Amino acid sequence: MDPSQILGAQFGGEGPLGWIFQVIFTLLFIVMIFYGQRIQMYVMIREIQGSLIRLRFIRDKGVKTAIDTIKEIGKPETDPTERVYQFLEYVTILPQSMDPAGIVWKLEHILDIREDRFKDEVRLMAPSADETNVNNLENTLEAAAALNIIYKVIRHFYILGKKTLSLYIIMQIQMLLPLIMREAEAYSSALKAFSYGQPIGDGAGPLVAAKLMHGRRKKKIEKDCVVAKVPLEGRTTYVIKAEGPGGNVGKPGEAIKRVIEETDGKVATIIMIDAALKLEGEKPGEVAEGVGAAIGGPGTEQYKIEESILKYKIPIHAVIIKEDIGDAVSPMRKEIFDAAEVAIDRVKRLIREKTKEGDVVIIAGIGNSIGVGQ
Amino acid sequence: MDEEEKPVRRLSSIVLIIIVVVLALSASALYQAIDLYLKQDVASGYYLLIGFLGLAFSIYMLLQTRRRMRRFALKTTPVTTTITCQKCDFKNLREFERGDFILKEAGSCTKCDGTMLISAIYRELKEKVKEERF
Ligand SMILES: [Zn+2]
Repeated sequence: MDPSQILGAQFGGEGPLGWIFQVIFTLLFIVMIFYGQRIQMYVMIREIQGSLIRLRFIRDKGVKTAIDTIKEIGKPETDPTERVYQFLEYVTILPQSMDPAGIVWKLEHILDIREDRFKDEVRLMAPSADETNVNNLENTLEAAAALNIIYKVIRHFYILGKKTLSLYIIMQIQMLLPLIMREAEAYSSALKAFSYGQPIGDGAGPLVAAKLMHGRRKKKIEKDCVVAKVPLEGRTTYVIKAEGPGGNVGKPGEAIKRVIEETDGKVATIIMIDAALKLEGEKPGEVAEGVGAAIGGPGTEQYKIEESILKYKIPIHAVIIKEDIGDAVSPMRKEIFDAAEVAIDRVKRLIREKTKEGDVVIIAGIGNSIGVGQ
Repeated sequence: MDEEEKPVRRLSSIVLIIIVVVLALSASALYQAIDLYLKQDVASGYYLLIGFLGLAFSIYMLLQTRRRMRRFALKTTPVTTTITCQKCDFKNLREFERGDFILKEAGSCTKCDGTMLISAIYRELKEKVKEERF
């Protein structure tokens, strides 16, 4: 018996084919021992590459939508494309926090400048847009900028990972990818909603306020907010929301502070309604109650509210409508829309249980009021 | 509002070569299996197994690249605007149009002379109702 037959027989077969399989299995074994991790790394890099291609697709689509909307609404004389790409690269440098005293006001100031600058930019890009559309376009561009940043950060780590072949860099980005992709998809649908001016899930708070104040006389109040005096359950309520239907969140903290000062602090309670992120497994549109200032964002408004209620020792209640990050920025789901009625019932019950007739109550619907009038 | 993007189908040449080689090997293994089976050799079973494994592997690889391509389309759900008459509760549902917003007045009613108001704008998800265990 010659060796080829022995090897072949070991595998059960005979002839050259048995040989080939034998060699292939041995080679595979050796390759796996020495290059297993490297192969795994290349697989990860390929996965990141795939996501990166998709991220670029999402971003390009978003930027195109933004440019098309600007052209359609703003009727610019020159092509806005270059300006839009410049806008995508804007950076905001946050205040130094080594000595944190007074940082809230510094942060607020920077964010104010940022917003003014963005709006000016949009007005230049889209001269024919009215105030509502300027707000919507600004939101659209911000979503496009967010997509751009996500794409660039992932691309950074992808290239860095390929250059260094460091498992640490590649692995951390690969492990976070599913979450990052979800966020990107969320921004992408937000961008669409903003460009059309559709109400989004985050608008649940303003929706509740709008339903309460509909048909009443409204007064504009600082900044980009409206307030209406609404009799409810025998109490006087001041209902506050960001002014719609343009996309903006206003400064409800400022507005609440103003109303408290105008009533000399004689406010029995404050009820804030806001959309909040749900945990996986919870149903979208579930309504929950609690205490505290229900407001997201950079924290400046929450700080202001907490400062002013502390001064007059006003109790504060929260009614939250649960939704996930995707729903919060996509066109409003029916479940969330329907939850507004449930939230109104909860607000009324809270007022009945926590205050006496004749009291003054502040009700604030927090969130982006895009596509929600008043 | 539909966005069916047809991206270019790309297969890296290395992957293609691997798939072709595996396909060729599994084909010859299957042939060998039949050959050995006719000779009533027990080894035919091993070859059959290897042939099918190789076949499954290459088909999986092909499907994998296809699936990655299909994920590219962005899905959109239609957004509905509901217009309600303030007087007679007459309801009118239509697709969302630019400029619509909740609580916007939308002309007068076709049934009576009341004013119409956009009472709702939402998107309805037709989700597969799957009974979750938790
Ligand atoms: Zn009618």
